[in-house]
Amino acid sequence: MADDRTPIVTLGGVEKHFGAVHALDGVDLSVAAGECVGLVGHNGAGKSTLMHILAGIGMPDAGSISIGGVEQGSYTVGLAQRLGIRCVFQELSLCPNLTVAENTHVTHASIRGIGWRGRAAALVVHKLDEVFPGHGIEARDVVADLPIGKRQMVEVARAFTVTQDPLKLVILDEPTSSLDAHTAGQLLAFVRRATGQGISCILISHLLGEILETANRIVVMRDGKVVASDRASAFDRDRLVTTMGGAEQHKKTVRDTKAKVRGSTPVRVSARPKLQADAAQLIAHRGEIIGLAGLAGHGQTRLLLDIFNASSRRIPGVEVTMPVALVAGDRQTDGIFPLWSIAQNIGIRSLKRLRRGPFVASDLETQFADGWRQKIGIRSPDLDNNILSLSGGNQQKTLFARALGSDASIILMDDPMRGVDIGTKLEVYDLIRAEAQTGRTFLWYTTETEELGHCDHIYVFRNGCIVADLDRSELTEQKVIQSSFAEGAA
Amino acid sequence: MVRAILAKPWIWSFIGAFLVFIATIIFTRGVGAGGIVTAALSLAVFTVIVGTGQMFVISLGPGNVDLSLPANIGLASAVAMKVMGGNDSMIIVGLVAALGSGLLVGFANYALIRALRIPPIIATLSSSFIVLSIDISYGRGLQIKPPPGFAAFTNIQVLGIPILAIVGILFSVAAGIALQRMLYGRSVLAIGQNMRAAWLAGIPVERVRMITYMLSGALGGLNGALLAGYFRGASVDIGNEYLLSSIAVVVIGGTSVAGGKSNVPGIWGAALFLVLLLTMLNTFGVSPGLRLLLTGLIIVSVITAAGGQKQAR
Amino acid sequence: MTVDAAQTSRPFNYARMLRTLLPALSLALVLLAIAWLNPRAISYLGFTLMLNLAIPIALVTIAQMFVITVNELDLSIGPFVGFVGCVTATWLTETPLLGLAVLLGAILVYAALGALIHLRNLPSIVVTLGMSFVWQGLAILILPTPGGKAPEWLMTMMGFKPPFVPFPIIAALLIGLVAHFGLMRTSYGTILRGAGGNGQAIARAGWSLLRAKMVMFGLAGLFGVFSGLALIGTTSSGDANIGNGYTLLSIAGVILGGGEFVGGRVSPIGAVIGALTLALAASSLLTFMHIPPDWQVAANGAILIIVLAARVLISRREA
Repeated sequence: MADDRTPIVTLGGVEKHFGAVHALDGVDLSVAAGECVGLVGHNGAGKSTLMHILAGIGMPDAGSISIGGVEQGSYTVGLAQRLGIRCVFQELSLCPNLTVAENTHVTHASIRGIGWRGRAAALVVHKLDEVFPGHGIEARDVVADLPIGKRQMVEVARAFTVTQDPLKLVILDEPTSSLDAHTAGQLLAFVRRATGQGISCILISHLLGEILETANRIVVMRDGKVVASDRASAFDRDRLVTTMGGAEQHKKTVRDTKAKVRGSTPVRVSARPKLQADAAQLIAHRGEIIGLAGLAGHGQTRLLLDIFNASSRRIPGVEVTMPVALVAGDRQTDGIFPLWSIAQNIGIRSLKRLRRGPFVASDLETQFADGWRQKIGIRSPDLDNNILSLSGGNQQKTLFARALGSDASIILMDDPMRGVDIGTKLEVYDLIRAEAQTGRTFLWYTTETEELGHCDHIYVFRNGCIVADLDRSELTEQKVIQSSFAEGAA
Repeated sequence: MVRAILAKPWIWSFIGAFLVFIATIIFTRGVGAGGIVTAALSLAVFTVIVGTGQMFVISLGPGNVDLSLPANIGLASAVAMKVMGGNDSMIIVGLVAALGSGLLVGFANYALIRALRIPPIIATLSSSFIVLSIDISYGRGLQIKPPPGFAAFTNIQVLGIPILAIVGILFSVAAGIALQRMLYGRSVLAIGQNMRAAWLAGIPVERVRMITYMLSGALGGLNGALLAGYFRGASVDIGNEYLLSSIAVVVIGGTSVAGGKSNVPGIWGAALFLVLLLTMLNTFGVSPGLRLLLTGLIIVSVITAAGGQKQAR
Repeated sequence: MTVDAAQTSRPFNYARMLRTLLPALSLALVLLAIAWLNPRAISYLGFTLMLNLAIPIALVTIAQMFVITVNELDLSIGPFVGFVGCVTATWLTETPLLGLAVLLGAILVYAALGALIHLRNLPSIVVTLGMSFVWQGLAILILPTPGGKAPEWLMTMMGFKPPFVPFPIIAALLIGLVAHFGLMRTSYGTILRGAGGNGQAIARAGWSLLRAKMVMFGLAGLFGVFSGLALIGTTSSGDANIGNGYTLLSIAGVILGGGEFVGGRVSPIGAVIGALTLALAASSLLTFMHIPPDWQVAANGAILIIVLAARVLISRREA
């Protein structure tokens, strides 16, 4: 029923490149009035880039944008705003030093003059009441003082407020990521009401249940392309997962090695999360691959960082017996050194061993890097090229080479496969298994349930605590999801 | 070949220095060209020494800068002169004392940054006022001349090249090696590009930061002693000009203020440029006010032209 | 990385209140110390004397605060005040129109610097450090030796003696209220602070960051000019070096007043209180305590460090 309405937005053949990476590779998308489009795809599939273009933040390298049937030549943030397109981004776009009411003025320039503060407050509080009844937020609260969930509520409510500009389309990029089950439910119910009143929404979420329940139509992206677009009722969970490109892995996860008896090798890591009230703790033995599961941001990264810290100083509740290396998932902020060559990026963790006397020897550095290039298959003509000349997957391989090439016997992995293509993933899985065979211990936080199949033992996290402790033989996606959502939400 | 050389950012500072030099000797009709070069080389060394310390600090990334250098230099010059007491046998002890005073200032800077979790700009600025007061109080009425041997050393020339300049060049070579070929320098560059990534790559970030601020302090202290030898005595404002010039030579010399990209040869070019610029303005008989004005304007314009690199992140 | 979704409730925050009150507490502490050391100083005449330089210090602190709001730092504001002082003591007295035009031009230069720093993505400390030479050089060119004379109207204004409350206190209150209203209460002031808090969000909402930087630097220039005028109105003659100490005082005042270096968190009222505290502590208190003038600069640095340390202690409790 959505198809016969006039499209609010039409994107045609949109392309966007970042260096060697094709973030978007010819995307067509249109959204009709009163339609809720669910947009799904793995991390790095191009969803966020596409939304940035729609919001006028980045210009596409090729392709067209039409709003309300009019093709836009120079499309900017201001124009998007005037044409009624709003965005709720993953990275919060509130000013932390301003109050809730003041932040409302930021997106509503027309609220000004005497009494602007009161009008802005009324506007946003009214909308908060409408979307999140019982929210407990006041207009004069400074945003920095609010917990992250409430900030997200303010951000969502602000996007739906209307003054002089029309409101046609709201893009919600992972709007429920910091909300609890109750407020997430309130939000999704509101989205359904809003679309009923003719407002369009694009909903991006990694929680497929949310998408299936809320969207009228679902668009699936993979590797910068739209690979499927159909009525929501035509999809179910399995079809979504298959279309997103997770299916090939299922066959691969069957491991040839026989299950080892736990505890036959010495303990390498024992760690208890700070918020853990009971005695549960994470244990990793020599040669084990340990999975850290659960929803994103529930304390897995924090525990990994505690373990990382424990290798250099005392951290209460965490014991580490061997050198530790970490493979970052967020390459840009935690991993690569953007001014350096590929070889320098690989060698940095092992420079001590690449010296002659006190000096770093460049031939040793090159040799070392070259050895790992072949072992891990980094596709680059010259290791002296800048790291940014590599595609995302190969940059990630560089980080793996840095950690695996080091003297560390414990490797921490912080959701390292984000935005990595399937070919690279399979190569790296094999390598991890081979390294574990030689006695290395892996602690692997992943948001992709399929990857847990590679682990010997899995700890499921919720609200900063370990809530379940599963052996590989008892692992099912069902079990992980059940433990991730305590009271059977979602 | 030519293009490869021109692509090096530091070459421009040398070209600038050369042009300024040409302008000066055209004005003097070639008279005293040799003397100008000798003096410029000596004076440039002082800027190079503190500039190198500042370069390591600035390479640590945005917000890292040592504003305590002038006060540090002033105090160290007084400490060196007092300890040496005009006695040739105390030269080494005096130099060590000046270095120690600088190291202490550097450590105090780092301690403030770490303990108070404040930006280095504010930490080094506030510590500089305390150091300045110590210097004013300690160095009051200090009339001690440097030991004759020390004063002579700062003026020895080999074939018209001051020995200070030769030592300075060796120092720069060492700094270049430390930067590119030693664990310490690589760590500084890594931290400057991305502090968090450096920490996660196993670099002892805090230790490297501490060493860097102490290094900058020590070089400031050494510079104070040398300046006191060269100018025949200590004074409170002996280091004043090095606040601007230490930062300016780093930026003009091609080091990125965004961190992680440093350039040692560029410091020499920029230091020569600044020194020759002042020489030129003096030769032209420009008044002190105009000289300050022109120095400021030229530095701001060069930084505007040289800076403005695209954001690395 | 995502923050763990754990914290929910929000009790009343004593530590935060303590931090807000810190500037006022420091001022009260300094006043108590003065009252204890020299009770006669706490009088109409005493305050008029002790605070005679408080007005220019308060104004220069507000100027620095505008720059700090947008995450920059102005190391040239002191020499700039000196430059304004020289213009005031010469041209503004002899040829008022020329003087006025030069001062207006100087404000435009400040706004242009804001634009330059934003457009070329330059570090403000390097640019303003270079500009400090420019202002100092200009000041020396205009007034090579101390001298000149302040315009009559300016001296009359600064010498104003209202009943009961000394003029510096009234003026400081006024300055604080005006800046507070402009920056904290108006709708565009909110955008300016937002530019310091999350510039990207402000830009994404369609506001011009360039304009915000230019306005803030222009305001810094304007208040720098006011500071120079007030200074010369008090001292009655000019000196090219008269403002050199003001760079530190202005930064210290903002910090003392509860401002943060980054993130657009500043407080105009706090800044004025910070300026008053420094004006009292840096001269009167030290004199009463018989601390030699050598250590006055150190005292300023020490006050800054102590306040920052106090803030760290408080925020530890807050966490």
